[in-house]
Amino acid sequence: MRGAVAAQPRGNHRRGLSIQLAVNIAVLASIYALIGCGYVLIYRTSRVLNLAHGELMMVAAYLLLATASLFSGHPLAAFAASALLGLVVGAAVYLVLMRKMTGERVLAAVLATVALGILLRGIVVLVWSAQQQYPGQALGWSNPALALPGGARISAAAAALVLTTAAAYAGLFAFLRYTRWGIRMRAAGQNPLLAAQRGIRLHGVYALAWGLSTFTGGLAGMLIALDAGLEQTMVVIGLKAFPAALVGGLDSLVGAIAGALIVAAAEVLLIHYVNPLLADVVPFLVLIAMLLARPWGLFGTREELDRV
Amino acid sequence: MPFASGYFRTSYARELRLVDTRAQAASLTVFLAALGAFPFVASSFLLDLANQFFLASIGAVALMLLTGYAGQVSLGHAGLLAAGAFTVGILVKEANAPFWVTLPAAAGVGALLGVVFGLPSLRLRGLYLAVSTLALYFVVHYVGSEYETERGFSTGIIVDPPALGPLVVSDARAWYFVLLAAAAATVVLALNLLRSRSGRAWRAIRDHETVAEALGIGVPAYKLAAFVVSSMLTAVAGALFAYYRGFVSIEAFSLFLSIQYVAMVIIGGMGSILGALLGAAFVTLFPYAIEALIEVLPTPERYANLVFAVNYAAFGLVMVAFLLFEPEGLVGIWRRVRDWFVLWPFRQRPLAGTK
Repeated sequence: MRGAVAAQPRGNHRRGLSIQLAVNIAVLASIYALIGCGYVLIYRTSRVLNLAHGELMMVAAYLLLATASLFSGHPLAAFAASALLGLVVGAAVYLVLMRKMTGERVLAAVLATVALGILLRGIVVLVWSAQQQYPGQALGWSNPALALPGGARISAAAAALVLTTAAAYAGLFAFLRYTRWGIRMRAAGQNPLLAAQRGIRLHGVYALAWGLSTFTGGLAGMLIALDAGLEQTMVVIGLKAFPAALVGGLDSLVGAIAGALIVAAAEVLLIHYVNPLLADVVPFLVLIAMLLARPWGLFGTREELDRV
Repeated sequence: MPFASGYFRTSYARELRLVDTRAQAASLTVFLAALGAFPFVASSFLLDLANQFFLASIGAVALMLLTGYAGQVSLGHAGLLAAGAFTVGILVKEANAPFWVTLPAAAGVGALLGVVFGLPSLRLRGLYLAVSTLALYFVVHYVGSEYETERGFSTGIIVDPPALGPLVVSDARAWYFVLLAAAAATVVLALNLLRSRSGRAWRAIRDHETVAEALGIGVPAYKLAAFVVSSMLTAVAGALFAYYRGFVSIEAFSLFLSIQYVAMVIIGGMGSILGALLGAAFVTLFPYAIEALIEVLPTPERYANLVFAVNYAAFGLVMVAFLLFEPEGLVGIWRRVRDWFVLWPFRQRPLAGTK
């Protein structure tokens, strides 16, 4: 009896810990999923791997600083304006730079995005300096910690992130399935030649894919910035979300969610039980394992690999 | 200009010769003499620049063999450089190993990593292969930083200048000759590999894998060989870098370094050793050129803290510009200029495909 009483609090503590770990996994998975769908959208529509996604996401997050001073006192308006600016930036990147790379070898396009990323990083430092910034302060929004049942805690921004991810995915699924532009996007991804012959303007569709990708990435970037501040290291988060997209399959939105869950679970558990230094490498270890076992991902189309 | 204006080769032996004409041999001699005289006239700043260029050119030639000739893309070059540098750092720190042990050890580690980096290439192509090398880069980076923290060298490992008996390579002039010899040996090795069976096999694999296989080329073996040779050379470059700097820290091997090497290959021009050298020179000199440009501006001290950011942005811009407007790179420009002079008043080479 005494033993049972003594074991009681420890059991509670253990359960609390595992609930906290589950919450952490959920938050990290929604970060990766929200960023990862940007990789998927662009790859699925135009077969380009956008390695500048982390930088584009960071630019959108920095834009929040600009809109915060513009719409001071209206945090939601500032947030929405910045997200829309992200959409415009993404589409502009396609129209100005990536449009010229269509028809080039796949790799040239990827390297162009790498170069774009370096360029954007330089511009961000030039405009906003390399110091850490806190858009939450600029918006006048504190980030309270919420208590969840079971003793776990979650910050308000992280909770918003989980909800935003759910909403973004619901919106994307509906958009791709029911709207005219969504169907065009799917058609362009499946067979660009046929799509063009049916009168779909490919450049417009591709630009929209880039815009939406930066939009969703920007949402993730802004919410992360509200939670943890804003600096150049955000690019690393963007890059770490890429394994999530690939593990699920680069052309599958459902896959991005599954991949994000797998990568996030592996990362949180290994950090907790093995070594915190592993944080930056776990997603890539999962990626290597996936590339060796099933390169096209869990839900991806196998045909991708065979067409050289 | 010392170039043949047409195709005058009458035997295979002539086709394979590295130096085509007598005038070329003469100008090569003059060039080598100039290289030998350079450290006795140049300032220490220029000497350091030249040394940096030699180091970069070893890595660039290695990457050119892999990407420009064998067609296998690698975004993990910085990981291999780090592996070479850390082999030196660890052996010096833990075993106090001399120069002639650490350098072969670095080459061995490079070869081993080459197999590891190359294994995915047997299964993956293009984009997926590039991604796998990127992932392996992060793993190597992690191992390096883990070693630094676990052993308490979080600021880096200090490496003493290499000594071979009484000969100590410590001043910039001695380094110039060591690095010049290493770079020259790399270039000659690369050229020899390229004009032999392996070079032909690599080019065939790059141009069409299925056809190469149908021609009887052992595609997996040659792919792995390309990775091993390239990684070995790169790791040696990393080891020399460690000795030259006298200091090893994982900070120096960021992803940006990988991108810089890829940029050397692109800016120089794919599929040309000369291109790798031009690209290495361009990327090495670029930050200094930016700095010099800022110095020219009125009130340069106002922009002093922006140099880093301007450098980044301009580098990205130049890379984009080359990808968009000059996909053949610097060597493409050079070939056009050379042909214009050599062939004047004609415009076309008589036989397409001769360089």
